[in-house]
Amino acid sequence: MAIDNEAVKQIAYLARLGVDEDKLEETQQEFNKILAWVEELGEVNTDGVEPLVSPHDEPIFLREDEVVEGCQSQKILANAPQKEFGYFAVPKVVE
Amino acid sequence: MAEYILESSNGEKWEIICGLEIHCQIISKSKIFSGASTSFGEDANECVSFVDVAMPGMLPVLNKECVKQAVKTGLGLNAKINKYSEFSRKNYFYPDLPQGYQITQEKHPIIGEGKVFVDLSDGSVKEIGIERIHIEQDTGKSIHDIDPSRSFIDYNRAGVGLMEIVTKPDFRSPEEAGGFLRKLRSIVRYLGTCDGNMDEGSMRCDASVSIRKIGEEGFRPRCEIKNVNSVKFAMQAIEAEAKRQLEIYENGGSFEQESRQFDPNTCTTKFMRKKEYAHEYRQFPEPDLPPLILSDEYIEQIRSELIELPDAKKKRYVENMGLTAYDASVICENKEVAEFFEEASFGHDAKKVANWLMGDFFAMLNKKNVDIKNSPVSAKNLGKLVELISKDVISGKIAKDVFEIMTETGGDPEVIVEEKGLKQVTDTSQIEAIVDEIIASNPQNVENYKAGKNNLLGWFVGQVMKQTQGKANPGVVNKLLKDKLDN
Amino acid sequence: MTDLTRLTISESLGKLRAKEISPVELTEAYIKKLEDNKKYNAYVTMSEDVALAQAKESEKRYMNGTNKALDGIPLGIKDLFCTKDIRTTACSKIIDNFVPQYESTVTQNLLNDGAVFLGKLNLDEFAMGGSNETSYFGPVVNPWSKDVKLVAGGSSGGSAAAVSANMCAGATGTDTGGSIRQPSAFCGVTGIKPTYGRCSRYGVIAFASSLDQAGPICKDVRDCALMLNSMAGFDAKDATSSSVNVPNFESFIGQDVRGLKIGIPNEYRPDGLNEEIAGYWDKAISILKEKGAEIVNISLSHTKYALPCYYVIAPAEASSNLARYDGIRYGNRVNGRNMEELHINTRTNGFGKEVKRRILVGTYVLSAGFYDAYYLKAQKVRRLIKNDFDEAFKKCDVILTPTSPIEAFAIGDKKMNESPINMYLNDVFTVSVNLAGLPAMSLPIGLSKNDLPLGMQFIGKAFDEGTIFKAAYQLEQSVNFKRI
Repeated sequence: MAIDNEAVKQIAYLARLGVDEDKLEETQQEFNKILAWVEELGEVNTDGVEPLVSPHDEPIFLREDEVVEGCQSQKILANAPQKEFGYFAVPKVVE
Repeated sequence: MAEYILESSNGEKWEIICGLEIHCQIISKSKIFSGASTSFGEDANECVSFVDVAMPGMLPVLNKECVKQAVKTGLGLNAKINKYSEFSRKNYFYPDLPQGYQITQEKHPIIGEGKVFVDLSDGSVKEIGIERIHIEQDTGKSIHDIDPSRSFIDYNRAGVGLMEIVTKPDFRSPEEAGGFLRKLRSIVRYLGTCDGNMDEGSMRCDASVSIRKIGEEGFRPRCEIKNVNSVKFAMQAIEAEAKRQLEIYENGGSFEQESRQFDPNTCTTKFMRKKEYAHEYRQFPEPDLPPLILSDEYIEQIRSELIELPDAKKKRYVENMGLTAYDASVICENKEVAEFFEEASFGHDAKKVANWLMGDFFAMLNKKNVDIKNSPVSAKNLGKLVELISKDVISGKIAKDVFEIMTETGGDPEVIVEEKGLKQVTDTSQIEAIVDEIIASNPQNVENYKAGKNNLLGWFVGQVMKQTQGKANPGVVNKLLKDKLDN
Repeated sequence: MTDLTRLTISESLGKLRAKEISPVELTEAYIKKLEDNKKYNAYVTMSEDVALAQAKESEKRYMNGTNKALDGIPLGIKDLFCTKDIRTTACSKIIDNFVPQYESTVTQNLLNDGAVFLGKLNLDEFAMGGSNETSYFGPVVNPWSKDVKLVAGGSSGGSAAAVSANMCAGATGTDTGGSIRQPSAFCGVTGIKPTYGRCSRYGVIAFASSLDQAGPICKDVRDCALMLNSMAGFDAKDATSSSVNVPNFESFIGQDVRGLKIGIPNEYRPDGLNEEIAGYWDKAISILKEKGAEIVNISLSHTKYALPCYYVIAPAEASSNLARYDGIRYGNRVNGRNMEELHINTRTNGFGKEVKRRILVGTYVLSAGFYDAYYLKAQKVRRLIKNDFDEAFKKCDVILTPTSPIEAFAIGDKKMNESPINMYLNDVFTVSVNLAGLPAMSLPIGLSKNDLPLGMQFIGKAFDEGTIFKAAYQLEQSVNFKRI
């Protein structure tokens, strides 16, 4: 399943990455090489095989409903690129 | 039930097809995947853990209570509890969404199909199918009105547990949708799994609306009205959207699936955004959380702890306590009211208690603008008041006066009646003397009555009551007057 | 005077406990070493002041007899572990100024055992790479380099190089597709990726959640056992951490291997396998045979598909894990006229080429229409790969393979940089283990004709690191590899 430049742009947009116009062709070709390579998987017969999401196979650990964190807005905001009045600040979000 | 039909200008009949998605904030002390508190005040980013703001290396750990609350809700909605469920990531970029994905349950929700019975105004009951309920995390909040050029983000709400309840497209009228929302709110409040406050955003509703000609197969494109924040608005929004769609079809137009917003001021819906295509979310199983497996014992344990829910209560009120279906459903809608009613009616005439409750008592609460928990009249005292009437100790009219005093003082009606000497006079001889006196002093009216002016009987009753300051038993007065005047 | 930095952890602990040396003395020796060896670019952040303060505290504990398991041992920490109040960057421009307000569980465990932190070690950006060349802070130089600067391997290149050049007594690493084992092999040191779930991932910057696992890189097998004992254990902050009991790994050191069944997978000896590497593999087999182990031929028939499988699953998870770097709450923001522009500018500017490449691939394989063909398919193949191991372990106790098909190559090597796939192929012997969640160790087996270290890999059953330690120690004793 080869993809074209337009598809590369779309995927990049979904991932919120910019691709320069002059790099588009190169990116597309590289992308297609990788896709062609991973398509070897198609050779494997996986009929009736359960997908494996994670090697972890123990029962899920659940936490007790206890408040153990909070009241630390200074720490939460410590690395903020822009903050004001205890909020994270960003350019205007328009719906 | 009465059908809700839209009619186009050329006389074609159309029906509404509507389904709801309701986001209910789960009642729990801490968030669904972190140990930060869910009860926050004014200060921004106060109740936030490193997990909630997706700091590098942070991992979600599922809150036991949120699982329990979802199972409880599922049982309350007569739904299938899925013993296997799985978390997934729904990927999209938005400033309110710290991880860049929302942890939710896509393919394997914790709760499967269920049903809710909705009482309609004409006395009929409509069954609404629940498609599924899954649990997920809430987002933060952007604040746009502090600064003209910037938005501010508060992550206090980020990570609060949500139950997303998805109904089948079973609604055929705004009333059904409104009735369902009230019923759902009532059930989650009974269960204590969500506070149900739509105006505060702890219960949020999206309505998916399409219309089709009566008899038409399949569905036409639908629009989703996002984030409606009251039952009334939900009903208005569905109606407005259906009419909008009808108008488009009438003019030979068509439209695409999209998200819309309801404006209560104009009572119309307006365009918000094109429907996101599902593939943009790139959902895949959440590798940070193993699947959630529930045992039969666990589910049965929760089932055994469930309290009586509105439907069961209503049935009991009708079958065992003699209430009408309507009265029973009104009283059952609110758990506090039902509890008050049960306490008040204990050992007394339940039907009379219900009448008092829904009449003078509710009127009083309204007037005073207090909720039932803070009512000046206690349930016990309301019961006693009804008992005083039942036993003919006071008349219905005096009872209203006693109730008035009770609302002011919070006093015991027995004491009030005793202290104010309001006990009804049932002694026939005492009343007879007064009746005789009144007949004797009003010969003209006696004559008129005998000549056929039967409605004068009321005037005579009134005179006797006046003389006895209302304490005479009206039944006895009536009987005596009739006996004497008719002979 | 002996160079203290050449001591292993266990040797240092012996001298510290005997009060022949002090933690401060030891720490100062290492600090001097890392000042002298800046040319290797192994450290991206040095925390000498913190280290000396910790060493002084440690000294008090030795004085009053409350010293702990790793008390006073100077370690280097891969810069993927969040360390409270010490800059943590994942060697990415996008968070090159990030100072965590929390401590990862693994590093906290090490601190609890008295360890001293010298600083943060270089790695491939977000651990995505096999040569440390994708680091925002530049490549690590392999201490075995002579005329030409060679790569240290990756992604834990800084960790392996620092241990190799005695710039720390031991280091933490993480391994998603070979990131502990391959650089260990390239730098002539020993590293173990434990079973998935052994070490908590809390506070470790995520690359691919279902594959990432922390482990130690040390000077020898015993040191790995000591360090892993401190690092491992259930953590209530990581829902995928295991509650399986952690044994005393050091107790396996010195146990003999008589009767131990060692599996040799046919599929790991493809046509054209480097002859030197094949030769060392045979040598390792004969050493173990001599010591009484039984050699069993096994088949891991889906090995060929492990790489494509890995290069679907790892980028898919990464594309999602790296969505949080959006310039809003931390990291370097590059502004735009609106939110969308801010996101795009921040991420385009902040991520390096390889990271972007993997995000794109990951985004693609998760998209509707492609999900089943790529992502779901890969997960099914992943199951088959795990099944292969399950079958194999019915016949043997531990598996022996080479760690890498190649030795360290030159920084900027033309062939490797020609196509990303050329680089990916180097992971051929390591990725299956991550897909199956198994423990595996790399240890040096000898030098190539170019005088560069080569590594052997032991793969164990899930939660049976013990057998790996047992077998690896016996091999190590016979090989007698000369460290720098």
